Amino acid sequence: MDQTNIFTEKKRAEILSNHFAGRKFRDRSFLIAVIFFSLITISFVFLIIGSLVMKGYHQINWAFFTQTAPDTFTAMMAKSSGQIIPGGIVNGITGSLYLVGIASLIAIPFGVLIGIYLYENSKKRYAGVIRDITDVLQGVPSIVVGLIVYLWVVVHVTHGYSVLAGSIALALMMLPLIIRSTEESMKMIPDTLKEAAIALGTPYYKVILRVLIPTSFSGLMTGILLAISRILGETAPLMLTTLGNPAINWHLTKPVSAVPLLIWQFYNDPNMVDLIWSSTLFLMGFVLILNMLSKWIAARRNL
Amino acid sequence: MNEMNDTTRPSILSIEGLSIAYDKDKFAVKDVTATIKKNAITAIMGPSGCGKTTLLRAINRMHELYPNISTQGIIKLNDENIYEMSTIKLRRKIGMVFQRPNPFPTLSIYENVIAGYKLNGIHLKRSERDEIVETSLRDVTLWEEVKASLHKKGTFLSGGQQQRLCIARALAFKPDVILLDEPTSALDPVATAKIEDLLVELKKQYTIVLVTHNMSQAARISDNSMFMYLGELIEYENTKTIFTNPKDPRTEGYLTGKFG
Ligand SMILES: Nc1ncnc2c1ncn2[C@@H]1O[C@H](COP(=O)(O)OP(=O)(O)OP(=O)(O)O)[C@@H](O)[C@H]1O
Ligand SMILES: [Mg+2]
Repeated sequence: MDQTNIFTEKKRAEILSNHFAGRKFRDRSFLIAVIFFSLITISFVFLIIGSLVMKGYHQINWAFFTQTAPDTFTAMMAKSSGQIIPGGIVNGITGSLYLVGIASLIAIPFGVLIGIYLYENSKKRYAGVIRDITDVLQGVPSIVVGLIVYLWVVVHVTHGYSVLAGSIALALMMLPLIIRSTEESMKMIPDTLKEAAIALGTPYYKVILRVLIPTSFSGLMTGILLAISRILGETAPLMLTTLGNPAINWHLTKPVSAVPLLIWQFYNDPNMVDLIWSSTLFLMGFVLILNMLSKWIAARRNL
Repeated sequence: MNEMNDTTRPSILSIEGLSIAYDKDKFAVKDVTATIKKNAITAIMGPSGCGKTTLLRAINRMHELYPNISTQGIIKLNDENIYEMSTIKLRRKIGMVFQRPNPFPTLSIYENVIAGYKLNGIHLKRSERDEIVETSLRDVTLWEEVKASLHKKGTFLSGGQQQRLCIARALAFKPDVILLDEPTSALDPVATAKIEDLLVELKKQYTIVLVTHNMSQAARISDNSMFMYLGELIEYENTKTIFTNPKDPRTEGYLTGKFG
């Protein structure tokens, strides 16, 4: 009896130690695999940024930010005499800022209000329907959004390509992102905070304006910035709604350019190829800054 | 049932035939009738789920936040039916303190104390604000501890300090009644003792209704005690009497630790 017991104890210890050795080995190889794949991913990001900088930096100068895009003839002349292409992308930069600005003016109030509605009425059937529609909207391909806005706004409202149409298309793409991030950041607020405000006799709309929104402010901002950086590079819907413009334009009902539209234009013109890289570098830098800004705000939330 | 021996104090609240159901016919509070005495600490005891929180929240109508709730009966504050008052006015007269300290994280200590005024858009002069903040913080014995850091965020304080800040926030309106739902259950013994001393001090100016799971807390500081069971008010008595000579076997069973 004792004998067998000792035997099994020994045996068990052996099995266990083998098991642990095996686990140690598996842990190690898993770690190596994780590091390997992370390195590949990271090096892709650095490759992208690196090649953009290498190819784009020599076009980036004062004129790049202050002058409009050159015509193909000027570009060809500069190239054939071995100079850098004159002009810049200021029509695209101002256009992008204008489009994103108007789109934000439309999407932020709607998105935040709908997000708060979903949070406040999370269990109602109507809220579920809105949530489903939001998901569908998020999945609509951007070219489809562009086509629909073309039909509604370009054809019937502004009777031509316009800032308004482009902004509405971008707003439609921002909306689901903002709705979702608003709802999620509201959910992070403990219920007790809302109750504290209500127990002080605070009217409902003030609970939202003075407690819920300030408390989740960093979450809201993060969501909004990420939504903006998501749509900043959108090209397809803008082709169908604002078309592009060789000059700076501030008229809501006139066509406007945008950085991604210019990149596409440069791509289609052999004389302008050099400008592709500098414009892309600019766009990438802008998106990166927005991303870092939103990360910074999100990190401050925990203070 | 509710003829209490506490005849020395006038009444301030009277609860008359109060029944509350979260869902149809599922009553959390059943036909409760009781009068609450002014400048007393009234403790509400009973096993988990017996309806203490529901009853307490009915007193400043916080229970109405739940969508399907139904309420029968009335509660009068100084002979005025609270269900006919505006909730804004009512909640200024009946303040509430919660189980977990919940100062507003975006506001400073100073702003937290006068949050009630700010959130209601009541404009105060600088000197009035300063005075309300100081007296409220002195009332909760927090003034000396925080007077040098009034403009820091309230969330930097310890749990016990935060809870006293929340009491100060409720006091800032000079309410008639303060409702507290297990205010010390998230605190350590030292912080708990401070709050208990504080409540005994505060009853000179205010009427206090306290839900507690802690029988010795009720015995230590309350003047009158309610014992609730399955939504009913089983016994409501002078605290000394209920602890030494409970009338109902269920009260006795709870107080001797047979269930709960
Ligand atoms: N939001 C709600 N929806 C539905 N039923 C609820 C809700 N809140 C409480 N109840 C029910 O009402 C009854 C009383 O709950 P209440 O919270 O008032 O009890 P309590 O005495 O405060 O308990 P505890 O000591 O655990 O805090 C319980 O049966 C509970 O399940
Ligand atoms: Mg409770």
